Amino acid sequence: MNGVKVVQQSAVEIEKDSPEAHERSIEAGSGAEAIFCSFATAEKNRVRFRARWSGVNRSLPPASRGETPGRKFWSLSGGVWKVANMSESASNARADVQLADGVLSVRVSGDWKLTGERVDWHEVVARTMERGDQAMPHTIRVVAEGLVDWDSSLSLFLRHARAGAEAIGAKFETQNLPKAVVELMDLLVKKERVNAESRLPDLFTAVGNFAHFLLRETKDIAGLVGECSFSVMRFVRGQAQFRWRDCLTEMQRCGAQALPIVGLISFLVGVILAYQAAAQLRTFGADIYVADMVGVAVVREMGPLMAAIVLAGRTGAAFAATLGSMKANEEIDAFETLGVSPVDFLVMPRMAALFVMMPLLAIYSDVLGIFGGMLIAQLPPLNIPPRLFFAEMQTIVDLSDLFTGLIKAATYGALIGLSGCLRGMQAERSAAGVGQAATAAVVTSILLIIVSNAIFAVIFNILGW
Amino acid sequence: MSAPATQPAVGGKFAIEVEGLEARYDDRVILENVSFAVKRGEIFFIIGGSGCGKSTLLRNMVGLVPPAKGTVRYFGRDFTHAPSQERKAMLRTFGVLYQNGALWSSMTVRENVALPLELYTDLSRREREEIVALKLAQVGLSGYEDYLPSELSGGMRKRAGLARALALDPQIVFFDEPSAGLDPITSLKLDELILHLRETLGTTIVVVSHELASIFDIADRVVMLEKETRGVIAEGDPRHLRDRSEDARVREFLNRRMEPVETKGDSSA
Repeated sequence: MNGVKVVQQSAVEIEKDSPEAHERSIEAGSGAEAIFCSFATAEKNRVRFRARWSGVNRSLPPASRGETPGRKFWSLSGGVWKVANMSESASNARADVQLADGVLSVRVSGDWKLTGERVDWHEVVARTMERGDQAMPHTIRVVAEGLVDWDSSLSLFLRHARAGAEAIGAKFETQNLPKAVVELMDLLVKKERVNAESRLPDLFTAVGNFAHFLLRETKDIAGLVGECSFSVMRFVRGQAQFRWRDCLTEMQRCGAQALPIVGLISFLVGVILAYQAAAQLRTFGADIYVADMVGVAVVREMGPLMAAIVLAGRTGAAFAATLGSMKANEEIDAFETLGVSPVDFLVMPRMAALFVMMPLLAIYSDVLGIFGGMLIAQLPPLNIPPRLFFAEMQTIVDLSDLFTGLIKAATYGALIGLSGCLRGMQAERSAAGVGQAATAAVVTSILLIIVSNAIFAVIFNILGW
Repeated sequence: MSAPATQPAVGGKFAIEVEGLEARYDDRVILENVSFAVKRGEIFFIIGGSGCGKSTLLRNMVGLVPPAKGTVRYFGRDFTHAPSQERKAMLRTFGVLYQNGALWSSMTVRENVALPLELYTDLSRREREEIVALKLAQVGLSGYEDYLPSELSGGMRKRAGLARALALDPQIVFFDEPSAGLDPITSLKLDELILHLRETLGTTIVVVSHELASIFDIADRVVMLEKETRGVIAEGDPRHLRDRSEDARVREFLNRRMEPVETKGDSSA
C-alpha cells in the first residue's frame, strides 16, 4: 500500500520513497515504535520525521553513522537502515512475568543489549516465586511485546528460560519473537548436543591410551638414542655434517652464560649443607667433620646435581622450544628434504655442547659449594679457619670423588640434551605444542637425572669408588 | 648459470611417477591407491579441497613420511625403496618450497641459501657467495643477504625459501601452497617466477594448491584429490576439466560454484 508496509505490530517499513509514502507511514505508524527505511530515505525525510515525531520526544537522530546518546541509528543487513524507538520508557530491557492457569508467561520488551542493563532469568523466577504462587507452571511462554531491539542477551535469556522449563518439566513456547532470535537459540541447543557426545574416555580406554603412550615414548627415546649413536659413528668416521659453529654457540649459551646462576645456587647449597651438618655434628663435638661432610657431599653429589638441575631448566627447555618451533615452521622438514639428518645437524651439536660443558660447570659448582661451606665454618659457632677446613677436607675427598662427580656430570649433560632435543622433535606443530615440549623437556630431564643418579649410586657402591 | 649439481637422471619420459600410493596417519587411511605421473618440464598441480590429503601426498612424495604402500619414482628410479645413500643423492634432484618458506631461523638469508651448496658442492666460499647472489636475484631479493628470516615479510620469506630450494639447480621443484598468506599481486609474481623457472631451466614443477587463479594461469595438468574417495578423482588439463568433467565435484571445485543436486550417477573421471 503505497510503498508502506507494517512489518510488525509495532513497526512500519517505508519500502519506496515518496512524499505520499511518507505521509502514509506516519499514519500507519502512529502507534509504531520503530520505522525501517533506507538510509537515503531517512536522510531525505529527516526534517519531516523530526517535525512529526518531536512531539512525542522521538526526534530523529542526525543521519550520520553510529549512535548518539539515547538514540540509535544503525544499519541492518542489505543496506537498510533502521531507526529505533527513542521513547524513554522502552529503552530498558524488561521481562514481566505473569502466572495464570499454570502458564508462566514472560513478556519481554524494551531494548535488549549485552552492553546495557540486562534481565536475569533466575531473578525473574525468584520474583515470581516470592509472590507465593502455588503450583509449578506446566508451560513457560515467552512473548515479545514492544521489543525494540535485541542481541545475544535475549538469546541468553531464552536459553536460561528454556533450561528452567526443562528443569521443572514444563513446556517451553515462544510467541511473536523475532525469527532470528529463535534460530540463534536453536543453534545453541544443537551445539550443546554435540558437546554432550564428546566425553572423557572410560577407564579401560584411558589405561589403554596410557599404555600406548608409554610404548610410543619408549620407542621414541630408543629411536633418538639409536640415531645419536649412528650420528656419533658417522662423526668418528668423518662423514657427519657436524656444525662446529652451532656447537660453540651452544657451549657459550649453556656454559658461560649459566655461570652466575649455577654459581649462586651452588654457593647457597654449600652454605645450607654446612649449617645442617654443623647442627648435627656439634652435638657430638665433631665440628671439624663439617669439612668432610661438605666436601664429599658437594663433590660427589650436589655440585653435579645442582648444575644439572639448573641446566635442565635453562638449557633443556630452550632446546625443546627451539627445536619445537623449528618443527612447527617446517625447518626440520627442510633439513630432511635436503638430505641432511636433523640429528647430525641440530641434536649432536647441542648434546656435545652439554656433554662438554657439564663437567666444567660441575667443577665450578664444586668450588663455589665448598667455598660456601668454608665461609660458614669460619663463622661462629663453628669457628673453623679456612686453612684447617681445607686440610681436613683433603684427608677425605680424593680424586676418585671428583671423577665420580665428573662422570655423573657428563652423563647428566647428555641426558639433558637428549630429553630437550627429543621433546623438541616430538613437539606438535603449534604454539601450544612448543610450550608443552619445553615443560616436558624439563620434567623428563630431571626424572632421568635422578634415576641415573640412583643407578650411579649403586654402581659406584659395587665398584667401591 | 652453473650446470646442475646432480648428474642428469636416467631415461624415461616422466620426471615423477607415483604408483599405488597409500598414506595413513596411525590407523587412519588418508589416501589409497593414488597413481599419476608428471612429465618432464611440466607444471603440475595437486589440487583438492581442504583436508583431502594434498599436503600428505606431498610429504609422501618427498620422503618426509614413508608411504604405507606404493612407490614413488623419480626419473624412472625407485625413490621409496632406495637404499639410504642412493636416496640421499636423489633428494638433491628436487627442491621443496615449504608453506612459510621454512628458512632456518638462526641463519641469515645468505647462510640459508649457501648451506646446500656448502654441503653438496666443493665450491669455494667466494663462488658460493656468487651463486647465492645469483639465486637471490632470480627471485628478486638482491641485497637481502644479511637479513634474518624474522626480518623479512611473508612474501619475501617465501622467495628466499625458493632461492634456497633452487640452490642446487634441482630438476624438480615442489611448492606447498605457494599463494597461502600472500596478497594477489605477490602471488601473481610468484606464479610468474614459476613460469620463468620452467622456461629458463626446464624445471619440472609440482604445486600443491587450491588457488583457482594460479591453477588456470600456469598449470599444464592437475590431479584432483577428494576426501571421501581418498584418492584421485580427476586428472588432466584444468580448463578441460572445468568445462567437460563428468564429475560434478570437479566442475564445482574448478568453477567455484555449487551445482544443484543431481542424480547419483556421478562417475569418477
